[in-house]
Amino acid sequence: MSSSSSPSTPVPAPQPLPPAFVAALQTAFAAGSILTSREDLIPYGFDGTAALKQLPGVVVFPKDAASVSGVLKLARTHRVPVVTRGSGTGLSGGSVPVPGCVVLCLADMNRILELDAKNLTLSAEPGVITQRIYDAADAAGLFYPPDPGSMKISTIGGNVAENAGGLRGLKYGVTRNYVMGLEVVLADGSIVTLGNKCVKDVAGYNLRDLFIGSEGTLGVITRVLLRLLPKPGARQTLLATYASMDAAAETVSAIIAERIIPCTLEFLDQRTLRCVEAFAKVGLPTEAEALLLIETDGHPAAVADEASRIERICTQHQALAVRRAASAEEGVRLATARRSAFSALARLRPTTILEDATVPRSELAKMIRFINETAQKHRVEVATFGHFGDGNLHPTFLTDERNADEMHRVEAAMKEIFDYALSLGGTLTGEHGVGLAKKAYLPRQLGDATLSLLKTIKRSLDPDGLLNPGKIFD
Amino acid sequence: MSSASPHSELSVQRSALGVSPSAPAGSDNLLKSLDYSVLQQCMHCGMCLPTCPTYVETGRERHSPRGRISLMRAIADGELDVTRAFGEEMYFCLGCLACTTACPAGVDYANLFETARAEVERRQVLDTRQRRSVRWFALRLIFTRPRLLRFIGRLLWLWQRSGLQALSRSTGLTRLLPGRLAGLEPQTPRIQTRFSDGLIAPVERPRTGQVRHRVALLTGCVQDLVFSDVNRATVDVLLANGCEVITPRTQSCCGSLHAHNGDTASARELARRQLDAIDPGSVDAIISNAGGCGSHLRHYNHLLHDDPAYAERAAMWSRKLRDIHEWLAEIKFRPPAAPVGGAPAFPVTYHESCHLCHGQKVSRQPREILKSLPGAELRECGEATWCCGSAGIYNITQPETAGWLQTRKVGHVQATGATVVATANPGCHLQLENGLRAAAAPGSTPPVVVHPVVLLARAYAAEAAGRPS
Repeated sequence: MSSSSSPSTPVPAPQPLPPAFVAALQTAFAAGSILTSREDLIPYGFDGTAALKQLPGVVVFPKDAASVSGVLKLARTHRVPVVTRGSGTGLSGGSVPVPGCVVLCLADMNRILELDAKNLTLSAEPGVITQRIYDAADAAGLFYPPDPGSMKISTIGGNVAENAGGLRGLKYGVTRNYVMGLEVVLADGSIVTLGNKCVKDVAGYNLRDLFIGSEGTLGVITRVLLRLLPKPGARQTLLATYASMDAAAETVSAIIAERIIPCTLEFLDQRTLRCVEAFAKVGLPTEAEALLLIETDGHPAAVADEASRIERICTQHQALAVRRAASAEEGVRLATARRSAFSALARLRPTTILEDATVPRSELAKMIRFINETAQKHRVEVATFGHFGDGNLHPTFLTDERNADEMHRVEAAMKEIFDYALSLGGTLTGEHGVGLAKKAYLPRQLGDATLSLLKTIKRSLDPDGLLNPGKIFD
Repeated sequence: MSSASPHSELSVQRSALGVSPSAPAGSDNLLKSLDYSVLQQCMHCGMCLPTCPTYVETGRERHSPRGRISLMRAIADGELDVTRAFGEEMYFCLGCLACTTACPAGVDYANLFETARAEVERRQVLDTRQRRSVRWFALRLIFTRPRLLRFIGRLLWLWQRSGLQALSRSTGLTRLLPGRLAGLEPQTPRIQTRFSDGLIAPVERPRTGQVRHRVALLTGCVQDLVFSDVNRATVDVLLANGCEVITPRTQSCCGSLHAHNGDTASARELARRQLDAIDPGSVDAIISNAGGCGSHLRHYNHLLHDDPAYAERAAMWSRKLRDIHEWLAEIKFRPPAAPVGGAPAFPVTYHESCHLCHGQKVSRQPREILKSLPGAELRECGEATWCCGSAGIYNITQPETAGWLQTRKVGHVQATGATVVATANPGCHLQLENGLRAAAAPGSTPPVVVHPVVLLARAYAAEAAGRPS
């Protein structure tokens, strides 16, 4: 199934799996937990990334770490590549199959194992949906902050493997900041436990962090131990609209300069705004050039104080209007609408390519101007939204993968945007990972010595190169 | 496909069975001839997954909206043949359209799904002698001939009222029915003594006050036989709100059953018949009170867009088609006054018909009606927008998944403690009634299932009579 992949991603022909390998899997897995027919495999040939697909050889659904270990040992014996996957919502092609691979889908390992209210931790299997973790914590008066756009369906294992971010990154950080421990199955099938419930622990290397964001290339995460926070007492959401992008960017700088760290500081340009409103119908002002969605949380008194200061700062920086959400429910509706931005943009053109270039926040206004100029120069359509507070932008190309000429222009523009982000001290990817989509650009960001260090680590943990090969780097 | 020969697309010959018009020239496949951008619109982000009942049940991508679309796209791309497994998958989909509400990208799944089923039928990959006979009997014979349908309804009524049904149940005769039928027999809906034409005059005008609007009422087919009281109540509430109601006699099926089951030719023909029976230009609105029918009726413009004789009329029809709740809210219906001495309090919950909330995006208006009822306390039930498992004939074709959904739905309804469950689609109505009856503790009374409009009509009547409803 490679006919409509973008020109930049030639997909090799599928390789047949060793029959003995498939036979062994068929013995190990019950009928409903192993998929081999074409109709079953095609829907596992992609994730949330545009224009990337590859038919897997076989898909299995292990129920526990021992079963994962069994698959890895078999894969090693038969030299079959292994691609681990959760709900397949990734945005850099991290869980897109490689030719002739076994897809290890962890969606059936979906139990929350423990919520420890004394130690403020939650232990879960990797296939648990992120939203369920949030809800379980919330029901106990606790808070799991990372909230990637796809949290209603993304799995916690995938969040850890990609080190997913979200709307609350500015104040609360990303998934990494909430992982206290991991159980990981290594390429040779051995099962290791890294980290524990201790807030302080300096015994040995901090290998837990090595697996966070490793995109399935170093091992398979089979259990996560998460840190929870007390639930903030109050929240207030504000919407500010602007006639220019610069005014919105200056507002953000001014808020930070006033020593306020809001929980959320999101930005949408007019194109994004209109698409989100067309879908969610939450009353966003579609005539504005730019919109800031700001949320402050914490002690009720602090929230009230911060909200009125933010309101004042917005007004001082040429906001056309500032509106407070009338209720917590409205706040949630607005944040949910914002989370749909990427998918809602798909309304405009057949192919939607989402990027993740991130710069130090002081460079944001420059970066956005550059994106718009570059899009004009290459005659491509770009909509931009993102996490203004932490410098994480999502310039999104609206294009058509079947138009080769346009796709070339998109790639040229993309490369310039990456280069410029790097020149500002930024990164290719703030929260989506490198996967397949950005690996061509990675050497430029890391440099030879760093890339070589990454490869050394990969070789020592996965000497046969079977774990998600060809992702991050070749 | 001109209108010169009105029944040209519809054949009741056995040989022509279930075979839709051939794919347009230059293509060997309905999915290939579909505008590719409709398929491309899905960017497989996965936002639909948690709202899809069959994905939640199985956890397998093939049973998800984006998975199904990927299979359709593979067929359009020539990477997959129209196989039996593909056909089965298209019929495992409930067609509940929950994915279309969840989809930020605005994928037209209803179009994709109906095209895919039509292709499955065209290629006959699921064809068996029995299936062919059932499809011919239902789609081509009964549901295209309104008089025959009503005659069969009358026979069923006789069977139920003569005591023969009770006799065969008590003697265990019904257990002799072949496997699946025996299980379904207790669910046979009770046929009404009088059908709509016996309850509703061709033209009814408000007894008092001015005529503010002129509307046509669609009486449906199952609705007509089993819930003609809902049709009567619909007329009553329309009259109470200043509408003159025109109800054509012996109406045809709207074709929704056919479109959802891959028989596009019959669906188009039945749409033309509706357009012949009701001139959309002569009324302010055309009223449907069944979620499933309304969802299909709204799309006559799409269905007949390439029919030169009917396209314009169909477009006007689609503009004027209204669900009854939507129409009542639009004309600012009069909230019923509490009767003297007040109305007794009752907790009511609302189950949303999939094709009303997802297919027609009518969700707020039925609740407005329920909230207006004197004494009513609206209690929201969990997963109100989830399919109950009825899904047209899904409870017959896929009893396991339908049963799982029915149990899930009944649990949510029971958790509200409501004594009344309001819902606006005959399939949902029967599915809920059967489920609630089966789940009721021995000796207890299950919640009553009723159409919101029936409650509103009763409230108006109680108001007039000066006594509680």
